[in-house]
Amino acid sequence: MMAEYSPDYVGTVTRYVFVESPSMTPGELALRAYEASEGVLIKETCFGLQVTGEPESVDRLIEEIRTFDPAHIFVKDRGSPPGDPRRCRANLGGARPGYLGHEREFRILRYITRGLEELDRRGEEAGVPEPTPPVSEKKPLLDIKRLQELIETEES
Amino acid sequence: MAKVFIYPATSLILSDLVARFGHKPLGAALGIRERIQTAGVDSPPLQITPEEPKRGLKYAAVEVPSGVRGRMAIYGPLIEEAEAAIIVTDADLAFGCMGCARTDELILFSLRQSGIPILELKYPANEEEGVQFVAAIKKFLDGLENGGET
Repeated sequence: MMAEYSPDYVGTVTRYVFVESPSMTPGELALRAYEASEGVLIKETCFGLQVTGEPESVDRLIEEIRTFDPAHIFVKDRGSPPGDPRRCRANLGGARPGYLGHEREFRILRYITRGLEELDRRGEEAGVPEPTPPVSEKKPLLDIKRLQELIETEES
Repeated sequence: MAKVFIYPATSLILSDLVARFGHKPLGAALGIRERIQTAGVDSPPLQITPEEPKRGLKYAAVEVPSGVRGRMAIYGPLIEEAEAAIIVTDADLAFGCMGCARTDELILFSLRQSGIPILELKYPANEEEGVQFVAAIKKFLDGLENGGET
């Protein structure tokens, strides 16, 4: 059934702010962000914030937020506005789509933080060895006996 | 400031690092936002309308499943716009149904065919790799000062 669709928050941008810091909780981040918000809509989440507003205002706020703890605050764009019924956890009865991807990357953030701090410490001239370029390996095929075992396990 | 396509297109880490080092990350959120904010006849709760698989014909043949063409309607214009790309090759979060999986393959193929500068690397598994990961991305992005031309 096709229906007329009237979008909310037209012309705005929404960004996620993730904080993975030993010295700042999402609650503290939200308080400090509110102080600098100047009309930008801020929603506190378990991992940080969602900020929504005019692109220029959001850019300014994000710049300000990053200064609170530069190596521990991470930002990315979000397509949906806050509380979008198609994405909001409240309507879906489970983790929001995309949450699990964030959870996966959240575990690696401490290495990125380390990288940012180390690069900052070593400065421009310090050489860092290049990471070894990934080699495309062929995944081993599923052994026929293993497949038979899987089928039998599934059936029993 | 260069426009840098990121893969996985939803990656927080890549999106943050590209923006942090002064460039514009092109990820899935931009395409989704454009659709969500465009008024019209839609069929909520979907953002993809029946129009998308038609637009996707520019990037994939008609016999390719509509799921792939619909997704390419979002990613295709971003790939065309991109001046560089960063690809994480072992991103186990970039998995999904056949539609997502085949679209991912087509995205990587299109990026490699496009001739833009590409950085391929793996997610770090320890602190030293983290330093190398960030350094490699910074070096790559610093080389794109002239709008992505190397």
